[in-house]
Amino acid sequence: MNNILLRVRDLRVDFGAHAVIRGVSFDLCSGETLSLVGESGSGKSTLARAILRLLQPAQGSVEFLGVDLLTCPPAVLRAQRRGLQIVFQDPLASLDPRMTVGESIGEPLKIFEPGLNAGARQLRVRDMLERVGLSPGMTGRYPHEFSGGQCQRIGIARAMILSPKLLICDEIVSSLDVSIQGQIVNLLLDLRDAGMAVLFISHNLAVVRHLSHRVLVMYLGKLVEIAPCDALFESPVHPYTQALLAAVPHMPHATAAAAPAAPGELAAPGELAAPDLMASGCAFRDRCPYALPVCETSEPPLLEIAPGHWAACHRSQETLNPLSFPA
Amino acid sequence: MADMVPTLSVDRLRISFSHRTGSIEAVDGVSFSIAPCECVGLVGESGSGKTQIFMAAMGLLGSNAQVSGSVRFEGNELLGVDGPTLNRVRGSQFTMIFQDPMTSLTPHLTVGTQLAEVMVTHLGMPWKDARSFAGRMLERVHVPEPKRRLNQYPHELSGGMRQRVMIAMSLLCEPSLVIADEPTTALDVTIQAQIIELLRAVRGEFGMALVLISHDLAVMAGLADRILVMYAGSVVENAIAGELFKHPRHPYTAELLKCMPSLTGPRLDRLPTLAGQPPRPGEMLEACPFAPRCPRAADRCRVERPQLEGPSTSQVACHFPLTA
Repeated sequence: MNNILLRVRDLRVDFGAHAVIRGVSFDLCSGETLSLVGESGSGKSTLARAILRLLQPAQGSVEFLGVDLLTCPPAVLRAQRRGLQIVFQDPLASLDPRMTVGESIGEPLKIFEPGLNAGARQLRVRDMLERVGLSPGMTGRYPHEFSGGQCQRIGIARAMILSPKLLICDEIVSSLDVSIQGQIVNLLLDLRDAGMAVLFISHNLAVVRHLSHRVLVMYLGKLVEIAPCDALFESPVHPYTQALLAAVPHMPHATAAAAPAAPGELAAPGELAAPDLMASGCAFRDRCPYALPVCETSEPPLLEIAPGHWAACHRSQETLNPLSFPA
Repeated sequence: MADMVPTLSVDRLRISFSHRTGSIEAVDGVSFSIAPCECVGLVGESGSGKTQIFMAAMGLLGSNAQVSGSVRFEGNELLGVDGPTLNRVRGSQFTMIFQDPMTSLTPHLTVGTQLAEVMVTHLGMPWKDARSFAGRMLERVHVPEPKRRLNQYPHELSGGMRQRVMIAMSLLCEPSLVIADEPTTALDVTIQAQIIELLRAVRGEFGMALVLISHDLAVMAGLADRILVMYAGSVVENAIAGELFKHPRHPYTAELLKCMPSLTGPRLDRLPTLAGQPPRPGEMLEACPFAPRCPRAADRCRVERPQLEGPSTSQVACHFPLTA
């Protein structure tokens, strides 16, 4: 797990005058599943697109297998993207409605392995369809003939056909029903077990918990916490991570007495802050139950709280101790 | 409760849509009722027909829809009633909050105008009074700076704020029934928690009946008194919320609960899944629609469709229900 596949350093993305990613750094090792969580507007999808250079970051570097994708010439970038594939949120919208699924899945092969003849390509496509749990006989069908879950499998098959080193999944289970969601998550778990590295972007914390090796939490374009999965869910340090976890609707367990969830204090009142909060200090301070005067003036640095567990909070040393959430 | 007129009673409701190649059955003989002040959760996968029931009740179905059966609001039939008669209750006494707060507000009118219009139309209130009343209602649903919001357009508000505006709009005429259709699906988890909390609070304050439509059982856990589970156009289980979570009786409910990944307990190697897909509408009319995916299915399930049976707070449509 120690060889670094993707090394992101001080990445910044601006949309006009608006900073969307404000200096994010992290590593992703080969074979690792790293999840990226945060509210809409926190910059998760923008980060994914910046890594693939689908948009041009303002600053920073993205090294994939030692090559900086942000500065390398287009031909090199193109070759590198072979090892770096993405699956998008809306399964139907990301497939061409006028191409059969066989053509869609086979298209990357046409581009990257032009020497392959049609028969060999067809064989690879059928093989890949089978791997994602669809019948190989479906290659001649069109996207509209499939359900949402099946389209998502097709999207994964298309991304997987080049045997990438890293698969970026941008909210791929969000639009699916619970019963289907599990099937897609299990497919990712199979890929993970086969050694594939995955960057899994999601706001579904329960799914993230079952899938990830490590979890990265973003707030307003900043990395606020990154930790091994168990540590993040069992002892979250950043108040924002705590708020996210507390906000997940509580499911009464079959074994426990079904008591209605108490209408307690809201974990994070308010909403994602206005841009003016980003000028100085901690961007979460207006929603934070622990904010101090210092949070307004100085930006909290990312500190290592425990091995591999980093958080950007002025009170990170305290909140780790059982200073539990105000009830 | 037996002699009380239910706020809403749905009886043998069938909805089908005609189509180039025939007709598609979306809702297949659904019956249930909602008591005053009751909060009922309606859960089911996409395509199970949960929204269509209330679209029919509100007279909002397209012209290709055929509806039969009966939907009574406080004793008065809503189906087949002309627009003006329906408008006496629709949008005032019986209101709906939609899933997407962006597309359910008009983009070219200010929030204040859209809210005030409801009272001008339904209560004949003068515009000026209606606007100030709208401002007070925004305050009651905890919209910060309500006066300023009245002059803003929907695109100037965040998703959570827009949903608060929708909730304020649904409450303006003191309704006796509010339908919230996936009110938090488009929102972030922290905002979802705020909106659920708000729905809980307004329900206590306004004392209306509330129907919460969702595909997420966890969202209902803290809010609903009773839960109806829909599958392929039919209600398959109807139970008190606590009972449903503790002792689901229909195998579909049980599987659905199993499938929900949890934030507690051991991390799983693989998530439980429900194999297969719901039947296409109109398929398997003679059999239990869940039979092909059901771990308990027997021969009888494939030839005889089970009916929803039992007392009004504990019903299940299954030949072999689970026992506690």
